[in-house]
Amino acid sequence: MIDLAFMGDTAQALLKGLPLTLELFGVSALAGLVLAVLIAWMRSGGRVLRGLAGAYVFVFRGTPLLVQLFLVYYGLSQFPEVRHSFAWPFLRDPFWCAVLTLSLNTGAYTSEIIRGALAAVPAGQVEAARACGMPAALLFRRIIAPVALRQALPSYATELILMTKATSLASIVTLKETMFVAARINSETYRAIEVFLCAGAIYLALNVVLARAIALLEWWLSPHLRRPPDALPGLDTPLDRAVGLEGPRLSGAPRP
Amino acid sequence: MIPVALSVKDLRKTFGSLEVLKGISLDARQGDVISILGASGSGKSTFLRCINLLETPDSGEVRLGDEVIRMKAGRDGKAGPADRRQVDRIRSRLGMVFQSFNLWSHMTILQNVIEAPVHVLGRPKADCVAEAEELLAKVGIAEKRHQYPSHLSGGQQQRAAIARALAMRPDVMLFDEPTSALDPELVGEVLRVMRQLASEGRTMLVVTHEIGFARDVSDRVVFLQNGLVDCEGAPRDVFGSAGSERFKTFIARHATH
Repeated sequence: MIDLAFMGDTAQALLKGLPLTLELFGVSALAGLVLAVLIAWMRSGGRVLRGLAGAYVFVFRGTPLLVQLFLVYYGLSQFPEVRHSFAWPFLRDPFWCAVLTLSLNTGAYTSEIIRGALAAVPAGQVEAARACGMPAALLFRRIIAPVALRQALPSYATELILMTKATSLASIVTLKETMFVAARINSETYRAIEVFLCAGAIYLALNVVLARAIALLEWWLSPHLRRPPDALPGLDTPLDRAVGLEGPRLSGAPRP
Repeated sequence: MIPVALSVKDLRKTFGSLEVLKGISLDARQGDVISILGASGSGKSTFLRCINLLETPDSGEVRLGDEVIRMKAGRDGKAGPADRRQVDRIRSRLGMVFQSFNLWSHMTILQNVIEAPVHVLGRPKADCVAEAEELLAKVGIAEKRHQYPSHLSGGQQQRAAIARALAMRPDVMLFDEPTSALDPELVGEVLRVMRQLASEGRTMLVVTHEIGFARDVSDRVVFLQNGLVDCEGAPRDVFGSAGSERFKTFIARHATH
């Protein structure tokens, strides 16, 4: 039988690990995004830059995150040069090892998302901007980047959701985040169902918030994919249905 | 003597081993409306796109007013513009209307129209908005100004694209098959706007399949065949006895559609 009182206690204990989970996620997502932009930029550059960026994406997308984490956390300390370098205060700390690995990993995936989004910007819209005399920088800022951002958001949402779940691997390198606490309680009580149901629910709740936040951003950025303002309230256009953009409805009119 | 607005000399362009333009020259005086006709593959779109350097011509000269686009040979031996900034400046004086409209999907119609005047020409936004609203009223879609391109019909989008090009106050308007992507019942509304522009004395180069527009509206018709000017002249002459046999065959084939 499921022990509800025990489950409540467990949930409270697990929530103590949540701030660290969020911290891991937030710092890595931010650093990974910066890295991804850099890599995507390199991939549009010369042969050497493109080769380096391609190799990086190939390696970090093609190997398990856990292997990467072990290589960084256990592997790097084998080299005396690393132990004596300025980076050692960071690299001896499991938190920064986990952040480094997660950032490198998500950076590889996200750079591919950016690359795809840039490639999907309609050539005609770029051409129209060039035909008006827009210089390259202005063209990127006003046309390419805004269109690509909207293209990238759905895939990027998926990547962020994968990231929140990937932070649980940090428990293996002794970080006391949500999953670490769950594993400890389980080993003390052997009540796996209660403990891991709770842990799963916490990640689920986190991702619901995350997914809704990005869907809201997408909705806000994409008025051109919604029905036109003068359409009848509650009228569902084929475009609406095709795109499946529901989002918050400000009019409050019920959909049929 | 009316000054020459746009002058093209001996324009050549090859794609790989395919010679698309084999030396085309054309002068447009201010206020000229020139229709460029030709079968698909005759090079008429490429010709238009070489004028504002959306395609880089291999050789030849493009002169807008008194400014010649300076070209130089690149490292690979192919020609390229010598000065990107000059190309951007010339482009800002050439309004281009595309077959597939190419409105910026993330901007409203009004934003589409004011985008380049504000950000390329650096004109005050309030002035641009006022002028854009006039232009949108002129092409008959003032009430659509706060909607997005995807909410408009093809004909409305093309009229918005014409307003966007006009907002740059261009010296010459280039139309690249502006009605070819439209449903038949929407062609008329776009042609009406183009006729109005022609009657205002705008300088226009129109690549088109609309024989009626070429015959009734333009001052001059240029018929391209295999990358060369096959025949050209006033519509009265070209459609009359002065037209080549090839042109007559072309017209006959199009009249059946």
